[in-house]
Amino acid sequence: MLHNDQKLPDLPAPISSTGPIGWLRENLFDSWVNSVMTVIAVYFIATTIGPLLNWAFFSADFLGDSKDSCTSDGACWVFVTVRINQFIYGFYPEAEIWRINILFGMFALLIAALVIERTPHRGWIALFTLTIFPIIAFYLLYGDAFGLEKVETHKWGGLMLTLVLAVVGIVAALPFGILLALGRRSHMPVARSFCTIFIEVWRGVPLISVLFMASVMFPLFIPEEMSFDKLLRALIGIVMFQSAYMAEVIRGGLQAIPKGQYEAGEAMGLSYWKLMGLIILPQALKIVIPGIVNTFIALFKDTSLVLIIGLFDVLATVQAAITDPAWPRVSTEGYVFVAFVFWVFCFSMSRYSQSIERKLNTGHR
Amino acid sequence: MMPEDNKYSANSKPKFWNDPEKRSLLFQVLMVGTVILFALYIINNTMNNLESRGISTGFGFLSQNAGFDILLTLIPFDATYSFGRTFFVGLLNTMLVSFLGVILATILGFIIGVARLSHNWLISRMASVYVETFRNIPLLLQIFFWYFAVLQLLPSPRESIELFDGVQLNVRGLYFPAPITGDGFGWVVIAFFASLVMSVFMIRWAKKRQDETGQFFPAYWASFGLVIVLCGLTYLASGSPLTWEYPELKGFNFKGGINVIPELSALLLALSIYTAAFIAEIVRSGIEAVDKGQTEASSALGLPRSRTLRLVVIPQAMRVVIPPLTSQYLNLIKNSSLATAIGYPDLVSVFAGTTLNQTGQAIEVIAMTMAVYLTLSLLVSLFMNWYNKRMALVER
Repeated sequence: MLHNDQKLPDLPAPISSTGPIGWLRENLFDSWVNSVMTVIAVYFIATTIGPLLNWAFFSADFLGDSKDSCTSDGACWVFVTVRINQFIYGFYPEAEIWRINILFGMFALLIAALVIERTPHRGWIALFTLTIFPIIAFYLLYGDAFGLEKVETHKWGGLMLTLVLAVVGIVAALPFGILLALGRRSHMPVARSFCTIFIEVWRGVPLISVLFMASVMFPLFIPEEMSFDKLLRALIGIVMFQSAYMAEVIRGGLQAIPKGQYEAGEAMGLSYWKLMGLIILPQALKIVIPGIVNTFIALFKDTSLVLIIGLFDVLATVQAAITDPAWPRVSTEGYVFVAFVFWVFCFSMSRYSQSIERKLNTGHR
Repeated sequence: MMPEDNKYSANSKPKFWNDPEKRSLLFQVLMVGTVILFALYIINNTMNNLESRGISTGFGFLSQNAGFDILLTLIPFDATYSFGRTFFVGLLNTMLVSFLGVILATILGFIIGVARLSHNWLISRMASVYVETFRNIPLLLQIFFWYFAVLQLLPSPRESIELFDGVQLNVRGLYFPAPITGDGFGWVVIAFFASLVMSVFMIRWAKKRQDETGQFFPAYWASFGLVIVLCGLTYLASGSPLTWEYPELKGFNFKGGINVIPELSALLLALSIYTAAFIAEIVRSGIEAVDKGQTEASSALGLPRSRTLRLVVIPQAMRVVIPPLTSQYLNLIKNSSLATAIGYPDLVSVFAGTTLNQTGQAIEVIAMTMAVYLTLSLLVSLFMNWYNKRMALVER
């Protein structure tokens, strides 16, 4: 009996299914429909990406101090490099810009500490960021104390104003959102209906109308002799709008907590606030961190709307600079710059939210 | 035994502030009181302020002469009409851009969402680049980009680009030939509605037959063909009663035809491109939520791929898709209010902008504007909840 125990050596896979060729066959040309689509896609990419890169980098001008420095036919980034200070700091007095820089540095450090998981005492840092840091930030920006020169809010602008609006909006909306969400799930009919109406009203109207309301109606609501800062008005509008969205995000988290948790807390004899504060909210908030980040992204983009009521955020500063007759035809460059700024912030936040989602996903549903 | 029990129950009777029911009652009374006091405070302040500024309250201003013109009106309007009419002009313009935007965004979003799941690596990569780009850039910036950086660079009316026969594109907008209906066109309209009614019956019949016998009839294609054939025949039979009015260059501008103003195009482009990025993600997650076994089972039954998609995958995906899709539609309607930034005459721009500035009736105008959006939101979500309930999976 011819019998061979020896295993024949494994033959390599056919060349047409491995390596770059196999990859191409499998991913781009596995049927004639796909092949046609691939060819169209390649044509599209070749005709757009090439000229785009050429415009943005290879034949663009980066250095100089006026429009005359833009001699080639590509993008005129000189416009951005010359105006960058205004885009970031608005009309903040130049001698005081160091205050904003310190603030940016502190903020970046805190965010880094909160995002990196190995940082010790992250809970305390979070508490500091939410409570003490805003106070420091206010005095640094506004001044008028500790020997700092006073800088009126109408001089605030640019990216710094965008960040102020977004961060204050989210930090202030968080506690209101928690209260509203608890109220909407409360057993007290009056509290429940108040919260439901508040949430549905603010979620049902566009942010612009809220900002309009803040700018034309709020001054009517307060006694005549009181003056009411424009930025503060916009902030109140944003916070009211945002806390309604936040409330719905948190309500989702509250609904996801099993009933047994409530019952266990009640069996222990905890009061309502202890039950919520020690058992339910910590779990609910942890679940909805991705949702909160997403709300924050939405708010961050929406801050650009303050342009309509005459505040100068980063988009408004660029929009104003574009109309400067000394810089004709730089609108595309300006918009691309703002788009890039917003994109970097929003994209990194959305990636962060996705990574949390993956981490919190314990696998069981 | 008895005395002990009594003592126990006497002790367990909670103090007034420890009784949850009474406490919540007290809390609610306090809450109502605070809200009423706060409202009175605000109303009082407002009355004082209005009086000292000499602004009268009430809706009387709505019947006054508006005295300004509006760029785009779907109903007749000029400066002699009232402020009340500006409300409807703005409302119709908002509805026009929202309606078109919802349709465009849905089509584009579904295409991008399906493309993201494509087996073709390049196509799915391009779709994800699209989503990640447009979703992370503020809508207002995109509107500005289309309006100031793209559409404003189009040539003057004299040097318009002719896209197709009679379709002109220039800095003043896009010009189409306008259809002029002649005698007998009413028959075509009647034929159109008649064929629609017939199609509804045919689709019902096809569904019933499929439920009973399992036999498939391509009812949608058939009704599509029916509409075309019936309308076409009536059109020819009634002597082709349709002529086109071409836009013509007169002086510095085009006259005649249908003009799509650049404000509308910019807003529509930005709204649908932005919303489509979100819809694409919703569609993708909806399709991914359908179990792979469903596709496998239907191909094991011998269904062709197109019918697997239409009869098995899409109906199940829609259950996941509809609720978030509703929110996107609502977002689009609310976002259309950004029109005011480029001067497209929507409700916020015309009514909460120009009318408010002319009359100073801030409270009435803002309240009316907010009420409109609130009503729209509630109506759409009511409709979508009803639809959702009809589509939802019926379980135990």
